Amino acid sequence: MYRYDQYDQALVNARVEQFRDQTARYLAGTLPADEFRHLRLRNGLYVQRFAPMLRVAIPYGTLSSKQLRMLAHIARKYDKGYGHFTTRQNIQFNWPKLETVPDILADLATVEMHAIQTSGNCIRNITADHLAGVAKDELIDPRPYCELTRQWATEHPEFNWLPRKFKFAFSSSTTDRSATQVHDIGVHIIKNAAGEIGYEMVVGGGLGRTPIIGQVIREWLPEEDLLSYSEAILRVYNLLGRRDNIYKARIKITVKETGLAKFKELVEAEWATIKDGPLKLKRADIARFQSFFTAFDYEASAASDTSYAEHLAKDSAFAAWTKRNLKAHRQPGYAIAFLSLKARGVAPGDVTDTQMEAIADLADAYSFGELRATHNQNLVFTDVRQADLYPLWQALVKLDLATPNIGLLTDVICCPGLDFCSLSNASSIAVAEEIFDRFESLDYQHDIGEIKLNMSGCMNGCGHHSVGHIGILGVDKKGEEWYQITLGGSSENKASLGDRTGPSVDREHIADAVQTIVHTYLNLRASEDESFLACYQRVGMAPFKAKLYPVAEEVAA
Amino acid sequence: MSALLNLEGAVISDAYTLLADDAVLPEGGAVIVSLTRWQSEASALTARSAPVAVKLANTVDVLTLAADVLALPMLVLDFPAFGDGRAYSQARRLRDRDTYQGVIRATGAAVVADQLAMMARCGINEFALRDDQPLALCQQTLAAQKPLPYQPARDVRRAVFSARS
Repeated sequence: MYRYDQYDQALVNARVEQFRDQTARYLAGTLPADEFRHLRLRNGLYVQRFAPMLRVAIPYGTLSSKQLRMLAHIARKYDKGYGHFTTRQNIQFNWPKLETVPDILADLATVEMHAIQTSGNCIRNITADHLAGVAKDELIDPRPYCELTRQWATEHPEFNWLPRKFKFAFSSSTTDRSATQVHDIGVHIIKNAAGEIGYEMVVGGGLGRTPIIGQVIREWLPEEDLLSYSEAILRVYNLLGRRDNIYKARIKITVKETGLAKFKELVEAEWATIKDGPLKLKRADIARFQSFFTAFDYEASAASDTSYAEHLAKDSAFAAWTKRNLKAHRQPGYAIAFLSLKARGVAPGDVTDTQMEAIADLADAYSFGELRATHNQNLVFTDVRQADLYPLWQALVKLDLATPNIGLLTDVICCPGLDFCSLSNASSIAVAEEIFDRFESLDYQHDIGEIKLNMSGCMNGCGHHSVGHIGILGVDKKGEEWYQITLGGSSENKASLGDRTGPSVDREHIADAVQTIVHTYLNLRASEDESFLACYQRVGMAPFKAKLYPVAEEVAA
Repeated sequence: MSALLNLEGAVISDAYTLLADDAVLPEGGAVIVSLTRWQSEASALTARSAPVAVKLANTVDVLTLAADVLALPMLVLDFPAFGDGRAYSQARRLRDRDTYQGVIRATGAAVVADQLAMMARCGINEFALRDDQPLALCQQTLAAQKPLPYQPARDVRRAVFSARS
């Protein structure tokens, strides 16, 4: 993984001291509250419903065991003993005291971490495929490019006061696992006919109140031009983006209102003037960043292990876990293992301090001391020897991190909702729990197969409801919690936005509604191989609507 | 009266007076006028011996500025609200292509201690501080030695990612 040198460390240390001074001035009453709000947001600090919330950056989801131990320490010392992994591969602490945040940031800096630009109208944490570097369908590891982009974006003097927040996601594999098409900029790393590396640049995607699928602004961008082209897009957006209405301020609206052709013309004109400037990447620069992300020192004999097959044959619970929570690795004898953060009775994405420390120890023992956070709010050990899978699983069972539900119905994406967030209209965690109860039987879930249930407590869509195969959005109706349902969304290759089923459903009936949708699918699917999404795309909304709103249909008829 | 600082953080005296569009043009003394007034009264303004500067709204496309504007000794950029960063991009466009060599002065509600360093990085070299700003802190912010930034801008023409390899 990337390691700081003196330049990185000096910047992060300086930022901690800057924020310490800003906090002191705010507390002394010499820095106006509204200005401190802008500044604290750019250091990851929100003020939430009950307490401040601090969001710590995990660049493209890659984390070392040492860093995870520090996160555990922070959870214990400054918070209530847990952290919450988010859909941007970051981690949030929900209960720090404002006065202690500079100390937390100083602690983070000692392990090469920070909270810079994890909030506010600036360039946010860069996300990437959580299987980067090990996925079988990958062209090239996207992380060196992500790190280059992270450095370019960090404390960029021109883009700290954008019309609205700005998110990059990278993918370089056949299957898009980082939802690139619903990002402000999605970068697809590709190879041309001549065998050169470059990018397909997608712009103007986004979720939230007006979900939009991004459009290709450039089909081929040479490898050396990533940062200059990004700078051109950001400059045009900074000048052109709307600042009169927060709901129309994202680049997706700028592109929509300007028109892709005109927007592209402006970007290309800007780029022509800067492409040969100092942002042009040199081969040696790229190679230097690539040198941080080389493959681990794999054991050539790992595949000759026989214990794995023996355990599989003897232990059906282990076998069920391997079937659901493992993915094939490039290296014979190694596997990619998912740690489910979606156990029953736990808010999706939550991890306690003791779990974090135990995970760090397991990462040291079984996965080269590194792990990844996924945008589905789980964790991954990307490089586990097959002989280590059984002891790893046994340890994870004890930690309640071995629920074999990756990709299944209870592997929900969910925002903190009304329980923590001041923006939220409705509970999302409690609903997730109720749905968990309905579908607790794993056999039943396996029968249902791959399905993405995404839930947000409000229009801002932190739970990515618009791209859930089943999406649930909390809405407020005269002070009561209601839920709007969408079907058929997807953030993968052929990204699509979910269609609304009809009128929203109240708190009491939302779990019933999900059950009705699932039953309808099970009755309609052509075979066990037809996924929920494929089935929905084939049959459309009508049969689901008929089952969800039987009375309304009769009245209408 | 707010303080005016240069790039090094020293207090400098302000030779210019900001002239409203409907104010009578004084016989002498340096003035700052709007782009509209410059465009309609350029000859009257240049006929005087005193310097003239133009203040640009942050919605002006600086790439369309005429040569006579770019020949002026000073352009004034507006930062009307704390979170409105358009003028940062205007400054970059004026500086990076060496389009403009004169003084770029920042004015407005966002010319505060916490934004000076980034303004300086974008090529702004005079700062008309907002009235309530702590002078010593602002001076210190500009004068302080800072770590080498990641990205190239007006101040540092190479990127850290190149500098280290």
